[in-house]
Amino acid sequence: MPSSDAPSLLFDGADWDFDKVRRVHDSIEEIATTEMGLSTYPNQIEVITAEQMLDAYSSIGMPLMYKHWSFGKHFAADESMYRKGMRGLAYEIVINSSPCISYIMEENTMAMQTLVIAHAAFGHNHFFKNNGLFRQWTDAKGILDYMDFAKGYIMRAEERHGHAAVERVLDGAHALMNNGVHKYPRKKVPDLAADLQRERERQAYFEQTYNDLWRTLPKSPEGVHESRELADRKARLGLPEENLLYFLEKTAPKLAPWQREILRIVRHIAQYFYPQRQTKVMNEGCATMCHYHICHRLHQKGMISDGALLEILHSHTNVVFQPAFDDPRYSGLNPYALGFAMMEDIKRIALTPTAEDRDWFPDIAGCNDPWGALRAAWADYRDESFILQYLSPSVMRKMRLFRLHDEEQAKEIKVAAIHNERGYRDVRQTLARSYDIGRMAPDIQIVDVDLEGDRRLVVQHRVADGILLDEAEAVRTLRQLANLWGYEVRLIEVSAETDVVFKQHEDVGPSE
Amino acid sequence: MNIIDRRLNPSGKSLANRQRFLRRARAQIMKSVREASGGRSITDIAGGERVSIPMDGLREPSFHRSAKGGTRDHVLPGNREYVEGDTIPKPERGDDGDGGPDGSPDGGGEDDFHFILSRDEFLDIFLEDLELPDLVKRNIAKSQSFIPARAGWSVTGSPSNLNLVRTMRNSLSRRIALKRPKSDEMKELEAKIRGLEESGDDPELLSELRLLFDQMLTKSRRVPYIDPVDVRYNRFEQLPKPVTQAVMFCLMDVSGSMTEHMKDLAKRFFMLLYLFLNRRYKHVDIVFIRHTHEAKEVDEDTFFYSTETGGTVVSTALTEMKRIIRARYSPTDWNIYAAQASDGDNTSSDNATSAALLEHDLLPLAQYFAYIEVGAEYKDWLGRETDLWRTYKVVAKPGGNLAMRKVRVRSQIFPVFRELFSREGVNAIL
Repeated sequence: MPSSDAPSLLFDGADWDFDKVRRVHDSIEEIATTEMGLSTYPNQIEVITAEQMLDAYSSIGMPLMYKHWSFGKHFAADESMYRKGMRGLAYEIVINSSPCISYIMEENTMAMQTLVIAHAAFGHNHFFKNNGLFRQWTDAKGILDYMDFAKGYIMRAEERHGHAAVERVLDGAHALMNNGVHKYPRKKVPDLAADLQRERERQAYFEQTYNDLWRTLPKSPEGVHESRELADRKARLGLPEENLLYFLEKTAPKLAPWQREILRIVRHIAQYFYPQRQTKVMNEGCATMCHYHICHRLHQKGMISDGALLEILHSHTNVVFQPAFDDPRYSGLNPYALGFAMMEDIKRIALTPTAEDRDWFPDIAGCNDPWGALRAAWADYRDESFILQYLSPSVMRKMRLFRLHDEEQAKEIKVAAIHNERGYRDVRQTLARSYDIGRMAPDIQIVDVDLEGDRRLVVQHRVADGILLDEAEAVRTLRQLANLWGYEVRLIEVSAETDVVFKQHEDVGPSE
Repeated sequence: MNIIDRRLNPSGKSLANRQRFLRRARAQIMKSVREASGGRSITDIAGGERVSIPMDGLREPSFHRSAKGGTRDHVLPGNREYVEGDTIPKPERGDDGDGGPDGSPDGGGEDDFHFILSRDEFLDIFLEDLELPDLVKRNIAKSQSFIPARAGWSVTGSPSNLNLVRTMRNSLSRRIALKRPKSDEMKELEAKIRGLEESGDDPELLSELRLLFDQMLTKSRRVPYIDPVDVRYNRFEQLPKPVTQAVMFCLMDVSGSMTEHMKDLAKRFFMLLYLFLNRRYKHVDIVFIRHTHEAKEVDEDTFFYSTETGGTVVSTALTEMKRIIRARYSPTDWNIYAAQASDGDNTSSDNATSAALLEHDLLPLAQYFAYIEVGAEYKDWLGRETDLWRTYKVVAKPGGNLAMRKVRVRSQIFPVFRELFSREGVNAIL
């Protein structure tokens, strides 16, 4: 073990072996826990080949996944790109599980392995374990067992009911995967005692706030009666329901139990990945922040050589590169770049704040505990709220962010705000919103079912900002929905603000 | 912390997914493969293939918002000269990258899906629903070697075939049924007795326990841990082993009338047959026999590339084939295939001999005999039948193992080949 007064290099040269990986891991762990206060799941580092990395890619990164043709399709596409040299492979894949599994590639040099371990096995790992969304929605201890169950279940279903039947259900479920998550924790079913208690409180409240004036209000007109029937039906079916998969699993009339179980499996997997979709910037920012700091500390302590640090920095710079909007390489904001810039800035604010920072961030400015401030941010925020809370004027200036406003009818695009005193809050708010999946994904709900008539399912898209669904894709997805529902499905697009109907699609029935 | 080396794990984890994908896209891939194979040389065919297929049935749809219309706000990095209130004219076709993910109209190829088929997959699809005619029956009837195959268990056998799991399972159930005392219980009792002996507390209990122990000991002696009745052995049955080797005879007329073009056609056909046989048999031998007015067994290069002059006597080649079969390829051990390519010329006096040779000597020995008549590309030969064609037509019977086809241009090779070997009742898609 290297002692602090007689530092020695952990490794020398590019080749890696298991011993070096272990030594590096242990040294990183010391920095991570004592200096940065990270708390992680136990680590499991797995060395894989390029082909296995491609394998992992195609099955959304899970080590165990059921079989489906779409994964084969992705593999074929990835492989073809990789073989032609059009795309490199990621250096690592990390899985939100306990123990936290990180895959590292055998082709990496030892310096790269150091970077990857700091990045994935500590950065991502800490984020998975501590972020509120992950804690609420995912079960890191159980996921691998669940995936094992899912894989086995679907395999047995295939043996029993045939590939085609299972494929049909999975196709439908995959099409609705994005609409298969609970966005809010479910209401607890109240027990009798709690119900009574609530009723008593309500009575007491009525008595306290009794006002005879209410009696004089005119009665609501007749004709409410019919809509009461509708309201009744909706209440019984739990409508409106935005989790389409959940609704189908519970109420689709034609599904067999095994088909419901498959919907449930896909829904669980979608739910498991839902936090990841909401925390791209934070997750990558946290991991990048960790590897950057840890690798510098290793170098300061004399545990890695100048050459290794330079190699690490070279990769780091590539990762956080953010081309400007008019650069041909531009393809949106780089979550690594944004996350890293914001977190570096939080560290700066905590240590050497300016007057502006004290104004904007009175809580953390000059608190001298950068890691504490960061840990708090990592634990309690998601991308949208994190940007809304922490995107500082200095980062906006550095990245020269500006907001464009584009209206369909207008002939020109307007520059609505730039990085100046008047624009900071505007830019920050708009950027935060663009990371809110609740706003960016279409709001689709099941609003009615005619259970006694032709059993047509009515789905509503509540249109925000006048942006309709992509027509061709919507029709294809409706077909999948109809396949699962078993009867016709109708999609209506209405304005979220005024309930005006924009567009009614033709009814789609199940395919034969 | 654990470090696990996964590199040695079995590869091809996604193979099952790939098979599902290929099955799903089968119709499209098949079409694309068939189209591609028309224009390519045979050696290329064996080398795997990059195919692109239309996306029908391969889409993974989802609800998402359209890329066009509505009111949108974008936050972009790298502002240089804009100030609040500036306006930017909208690009005409949403093409000049303003950050929005506008679908750029890249032409018709946008919807195609490209990927690489391996050689085996390509051949599988290419040769799908082709079958070797009337094969199984003859094989099994003539096979002489055997392979052992697992077939249940037996109570006798050699120690190397002992089935431990079965044996121990029987032993356990017998021990439970006959209430053999467990060794744990005996040890416990022994310890108790020893404790009592040392302390000398309760002599009555001690003698009781001793008695009990003695009983257990005799019982455990009487009921053995493993009894001969428990023992099971893996049983093997001798299954007849099908013949998995084939020999393929390539017969070709190399007299002056055969042009390069005709030889090329013939070569293509031979190679297809070779690929096909290779997939059905573990081991395939090829014998090249070329003939003019006399026949010779030659190597591949000579067969295709060296020229020879002379007349045309087909029966010499058939005689040579018969001789080689007799000398080296006993029909009991080998599946015999023959493909003959010729432009149809033959010395008229030889026709009867050839027909007799074929009918009485060769066809009974061979699994299949294909005769390909190659013609010049532009020669109109409608209505005129060649000498050899007329000769063979007499021998060919419906359902027999002689097949005859005419090929004039390269693109006919694949259809003709598929036609010859298409599985009964399956109409090949051409």
